[in-house]
Amino acid sequence: MTAAAGARAAPSTGLPDDRWTRWDTALWLAPIVAFAVFSDRLELGRDVVIAALFALSLDIVLGYTGVVSLGHAAFFGLGAYTAGLLAHHGWGEPLTGLVCAAAVAAVAGYATSFLVVRGAALGQLMITLGVGLLLHEAANKAHALTGGVDGLGDIVMWRLAGVFRFDLEGRTAYLYSLVVTFAAFLLVRRVLSSPFGLSLRAIREGMARMPALGVPVGRRLVAAFTLAAALAGIAGGLQAQSARVVTLDVLSFERSATVLIMLVLGGAGRMYGAFIGAGLFMLARDYLARKDPVYWQLWIGGLLIVVVLLARGGILGLVETLRARRRTP
Amino acid sequence: MSHPAFLRAAVTAVALVGAVSCGKKAGDDGKGGGTLKLGVILSLSGPFADVAKQIQGGIKTYMKQHGDTVAGRKVEVLYRDSTGMAGEVSKRLAQELVVTEKVDFLTGFGLTPEALAAAPIATEGKTPMVIMNAATAIITSKSPYIVRFSLTLPQVSAPLGDWAAKNGIKKIATLVSDYGPGHDAEAAFIKAFTAGGGEIIDSVRSPPQNPEFAAFAQRIKDAHPDAVFVFVPAGQQSVAVMKSFQERGIAEAGIKLLCTGDLLDDHQLATIGDAALGAISTHHYSVAHDSPENKAFLDAYRDANGAEAGLPNFMSVAAYDAMEGIYRVVQKLGSGKIDADKAMEIFKGMSFTSPRGPIMIDPETRDIVQTVYLRKVEKANGELRNVEQQAFPNMKTPAPAPGGEPPRPPGGEAKGSAEPPKEPAKGSAEPAKGSGK
Amino acid sequence: MAAFISVLFDGIAYGSLLFVISVGMSVTLGLMRFVNLAHGAFAMFGGYVAYELVNRAGLSLFVALPVLLVGFAAVGAVLERVLYRWVSRTRPLDQVLLTIGVAFIATAIATWIWGPDQHSIALPAALKRQLHVFGLDLNVYRLFLIAMIVAITAVLHVLIERTRFGAQLRAAVDHPEAAAGLGIPVDRVFGLSFALGSGLAAVGGALGVEVLGLDPSFTFKYMVYFLLVVVVGGQGSIVGSAIAAISLGVFDVVGKYYVPGAGAFLIYALMVILLLVFPHGLIRRGR
Repeated sequence: MTAAAGARAAPSTGLPDDRWTRWDTALWLAPIVAFAVFSDRLELGRDVVIAALFALSLDIVLGYTGVVSLGHAAFFGLGAYTAGLLAHHGWGEPLTGLVCAAAVAAVAGYATSFLVVRGAALGQLMITLGVGLLLHEAANKAHALTGGVDGLGDIVMWRLAGVFRFDLEGRTAYLYSLVVTFAAFLLVRRVLSSPFGLSLRAIREGMARMPALGVPVGRRLVAAFTLAAALAGIAGGLQAQSARVVTLDVLSFERSATVLIMLVLGGAGRMYGAFIGAGLFMLARDYLARKDPVYWQLWIGGLLIVVVLLARGGILGLVETLRARRRTP
Repeated sequence: MSHPAFLRAAVTAVALVGAVSCGKKAGDDGKGGGTLKLGVILSLSGPFADVAKQIQGGIKTYMKQHGDTVAGRKVEVLYRDSTGMAGEVSKRLAQELVVTEKVDFLTGFGLTPEALAAAPIATEGKTPMVIMNAATAIITSKSPYIVRFSLTLPQVSAPLGDWAAKNGIKKIATLVSDYGPGHDAEAAFIKAFTAGGGEIIDSVRSPPQNPEFAAFAQRIKDAHPDAVFVFVPAGQQSVAVMKSFQERGIAEAGIKLLCTGDLLDDHQLATIGDAALGAISTHHYSVAHDSPENKAFLDAYRDANGAEAGLPNFMSVAAYDAMEGIYRVVQKLGSGKIDADKAMEIFKGMSFTSPRGPIMIDPETRDIVQTVYLRKVEKANGELRNVEQQAFPNMKTPAPAPGGEPPRPPGGEAKGSAEPPKEPAKGSAEPAKGSGK
Repeated sequence: MAAFISVLFDGIAYGSLLFVISVGMSVTLGLMRFVNLAHGAFAMFGGYVAYELVNRAGLSLFVALPVLLVGFAAVGAVLERVLYRWVSRTRPLDQVLLTIGVAFIATAIATWIWGPDQHSIALPAALKRQLHVFGLDLNVYRLFLIAMIVAITAVLHVLIERTRFGAQLRAAVDHPEAAAGLGIPVDRVFGLSFALGSGLAAVGGALGVEVLGLDPSFTFKYMVYFLLVVVVGGQGSIVGSAIAAISLGVFDVVGKYYVPGAGAFLIYALMVILLLVFPHGLIRRGR
């Protein structure tokens, strides 16, 4: 098995197309309508949006370059701690905090990418996992700074843009997360449909052949990994700012694994897979855990199995299969 | 992307939001005075599910014994799964319980991160938050609406340090889990022990989810202390420590085992087995506590949870007492929504006889004051029990060691309580800062 | 010096434990390249069934182990037939989703049947003893673990490298289509291997309970360790897994003894370094 094979053989092979369609409109209307209709569950909505952004960042690595990462929480966590610590120590301005979160995560991503590029297949997976675990340990050891297992509290946010207070109902946090995520989405879409994005896909399809075409594989992977890390950092930063608490689990293996599940569930390498996967997983988990707070894992496990058996390449894979079937009866 | 389509999307969106939110509005007139809603946040799944099960057992016991109505109000318990140490999940659940479900009390909180994450919600949502287990000392300082019915680790470890120094133990090695409660226990024990003239010859911290303890046990054995002080959380960690101590022959090497009751929790004692015999611990509850209240509690626990649920431990008792506290508050406040400030006034200074002995809520810190017992594991009627040897009545949480958290202002605003929750005034960009530091 | 030797012994024993609980995954993920994240679930159920057999039914652990090996091999074979076979072997991400789903379900079922509390398995008296050799205290259970690593490694090595079945398996993994074309019953070979991996997982789980404890979160709690052993060892090499497990175990225990402040850092740092030096694992099977 090569890691690349995992993501391969799936998404559309045609040229990327970043024209705005009615599907895009419909999909982006959903969170806006949700804001109005489910105005009493915005804290959940916010976490869904943040998870989607996090999954999107993983998608750049996994879906578009074929590198399987089980340590992606490392960057999420770095972003969360950066934004959290800034606000904890008196700098509660959200946007600059987010920029710092992205910067720190990007630097770490850049550094890690050299280790990842060196590795191979499963080795890559374990290197990112190892980096994540090391950071987790470091954050626990540095409890004077991070609060360790107990978590970092006392995060006081200033008003967003000087106007909007982070309210108890979570309206500000939700819209803030949504707008940031939308901006990140537009950026990623642009990048992935550029020649750079094409070369990433090419790397996924056949890493060995690319040097022959003059594509500097290593450098492309480094760039993609850095971008992904920065976005993960933003997701982490958003979470720290809107939840106003950072606990060690932001760096945990479980978080890395969960985001991978979400992405694969939605469909890797398809951009919207991250959104659909995060939405489905988080909402299902919330619903099931409310119905059955002790045994909800039974039902969520069943859901995952059913999706795998029905759909190749996640929910979006299923959609594509169905659409292809309709076109060629 | 083509801009007209994008623009159209944006316009549609705005229009839709306007339409829907206009259609909504009505309803929601605050907390209902009918049913009493308790929002219980616990790690019901995952590695700490055993904690949650004990607490659920305590709640069930209380409600079976005292009925599910209080002051004419039906009690509705809403359980939410925090999944463990994930602070943002607990926070989200607390927010949901306060904002959407409009619960009268937030309670549960088996683990410290759950409690610390939810604290700001208690403050902002003006909802009393009743801690049933989480034991890190600082928790009650994080919101003026927090009250704790369980324990703090300094409270139970300091008397042990005292006792050790007075009972001919000169040199001690410590082993604690490397997280908040562990640090608390270590600091309080060392402070008390060295104040009594004892010497600490080695201090080891193990990773919070350490799979095995052979190396630590060997290190302690080779340091040749008179005794070893241990704190690790009850569960896999405590069983693993006891096993490796037995296998290393710590007792045979003449090293006494001193620990908090977490290591020898009544529920797990049978799983640990005879390795526990002779171990000395300090804690606030033992199933072997001899009192009519405890007998009644044990019977009620078995009745409510079935014989196969095994023995309750200190977590069930704290949950049981917390329920008593909540019922007392509701009885005083009667129907109508629970006013958090009034509720806190009733909690402050509340005292009654619990299955563990007399307890009281400190009016200043809203933390528990209780008798801490020195116990020894003995075999009674073929079963292992923590038999109480000595009592330290009215134990408060001792002042933190220098370098720890600063003492909090009495009963007043907690750190990070932020600005008062009022509607956002446009244009005023004051950096909200807590009154502390 | 005596202290060092005794710590070294503990390290080797701990490494053996890591190997024993991971060896099932060495077969499924390592040899068959099936991303079997439900490995821990097999190990956990192995532990619980051992608990039922030993603590409730009163069998000796020595009797329970072969029962587990055979019983769980059968369960694994069935599961492979009805579930795993429907997921393509060339799509590891689907395998991740499927096996995580199985692991979730397993956790819930275990909670339902046995509750969230710790369980432990009574060791036979023979394993509880301490031996005093050359002034060292050697625990028989740990010696037994070390014996297990030697025995399992030897048997599997011979099975895979020296037998007809092993050759068929290697061929089927590397080139399933070509192998099928040569008349190798690829499906049956995979089914048997998966059964073997499941049986070993259960045995490993039962043996690990003494040290690692047993509760429904076992599946996820130790997943990192399973992956560590298999990947650092090198895919497809049982000997590599054994070497990896021993080095990680020794490093971890020695580190905790001499520098307890370093906590869990050492084992993870060693893992990253080993993977940088040996990107394909300690022993790379030729392709």
